[in-house]
Amino acid sequence: MAMVVAREWREIPGRYNLEGTRCGCCGKIFFPSRAFCPHCRRQSIGKMEPFPLKPTGEVYSFSIVHQSDGFNRRMLPYAVVFVKNDDSIMLAGQLVDVDLPTVKIGMRVRAVLRKLDEDGKAGIIHYAFKFVPAE
Amino acid sequence: MRDVAIIGAGSTKFGELWGASFRAIGIEAGARAMQDANLGGDEVDAIYIGNMSAGRFINQQHIDALIADYTGMATNHVPTTRVEAGGASGGVAFRQAVMAVASGLHDIVIVGGAEKMTDMDDDSINSVLNATSDAEWEAGMGLTLPSLYAIIAQRLMAEGIATREEIASCAVNSHFHGAMNPDAQFRKAVSLDTVLHAGPVAEPLTMFDCAPISDGSAAVILCPLEEAKKHTDNYVKVCSSMQASDTLALFQRESITHFNATRVAAQQAYQAAHITAADIDVAEVHDDYTVAGLMALQDLGFWKEGEAGRALLEGQTRFDAGKTAINTSGGLKAKGYPIGAAGLSQIVELTQQLTNRAGPRQVRNAKYGLAQSTGGTGSAVTVTVLEAM
Repeated sequence: MAMVVAREWREIPGRYNLEGTRCGCCGKIFFPSRAFCPHCRRQSIGKMEPFPLKPTGEVYSFSIVHQSDGFNRRMLPYAVVFVKNDDSIMLAGQLVDVDLPTVKIGMRVRAVLRKLDEDGKAGIIHYAFKFVPAE
Repeated sequence: MRDVAIIGAGSTKFGELWGASFRAIGIEAGARAMQDANLGGDEVDAIYIGNMSAGRFINQQHIDALIADYTGMATNHVPTTRVEAGGASGGVAFRQAVMAVASGLHDIVIVGGAEKMTDMDDDSINSVLNATSDAEWEAGMGLTLPSLYAIIAQRLMAEGIATREEIASCAVNSHFHGAMNPDAQFRKAVSLDTVLHAGPVAEPLTMFDCAPISDGSAAVILCPLEEAKKHTDNYVKVCSSMQASDTLALFQRESITHFNATRVAAQQAYQAAHITAADIDVAEVHDDYTVAGLMALQDLGFWKEGEAGRALLEGQTRFDAGKTAINTSGGLKAKGYPIGAAGLSQIVELTQQLTNRAGPRQVRNAKYGLAQSTGGTGSAVTVTVLEAM
């Protein structure tokens, strides 16, 4: 399903640069960005600050995907991971450039910018972070 | 608030219903439920319909109007409301209908759920299912819905809460019961080996860990409890129907080895019904993935964390085992998973069980039944408690 370009570029800070938000009241960090903090609620409105997340972390859990739809089919089989980054924030994405049988909980990974998808031959190309082994 | 009763229940057969359109499927279960309740049609005050994605599956929005029209209720201008909550669409629709009767606003309400999935190609169907997770930050990043449940399974295994065999045995339990349900998509028992060695979908989950793509509908008729006897002897009481939410994305949770929404809705449902988990004789849980079924047994309090897997593996969950019977309909795995219909299909099964009409899979002396319906990865959950009268 083709999306208009605006849907892509408005998410660039998060998808390209791992930019989340930090609550100016309690200091809690969120990814993706939130307009207010679920803990401080109204108090936090207008006090959420952009916060660049560390690109490194470790695999919290994973799966090897054997059935997928659309553009991701060309990747099959591929690894998907939940990563607890070094700010203790959970992220979700693909783990690439990796020998699949070596994927395990606790392995160190690093976020890199990769091609995610494309809207056909004439449409825009979507980019976002994926993870690669860090050691 | 008034007490509410279910006075009629009906389901289509679930499966690949190539000969039937959405509108044919959508009205069939409702008609059966009306017949079961001995109603003619003019008595109906309101209709609620659970449907997740007719907009994408058959390119039809405005399902409320379609259902009102083809059930013949548009000529009476009966208010009809479509409810969407991912996989919990049916469960949430049921709760809305219960509240409408309990409040005193409506007396006779039909609540149904329907989905027509097989008019679309498999690739597109999977993209619709994936969109019940966070489409921007999970599905959009390449994480399929089964892979999110696989990530949960991997974590349950790593933390020693369940083994791979225990997780897979949830499908064995559902198929064991599905073999006895004439409305089930799969009327065939399967072995643990079959589940473990089926083609991989998202490791460690195989095709047999995942509920199928299905067409079908299910519906029940509600009325005030004190009016129920006027219509039928086969009625059950709705003790409580509760709903809870959680983050849309699974990766936003503090823990992924349980669903807080299930725990909260269950606690509220037990409290309102003045019972505990130990009182439940028969339960229908949302096993769209085996691992979800296993977690539900723990989150609902039927078994302690780390013990539900063994109960499934040992067959303690079967209709005749004398404990809480789990998914006697065949569950989503074997009865089938026409998404919006799933929550109502559970209520239909419990109604049959609690009125002693469940045939060869009848749970003896069943007094309390529970249904748990889940959207996405536990982002919306309803828990309903019913009582035999």
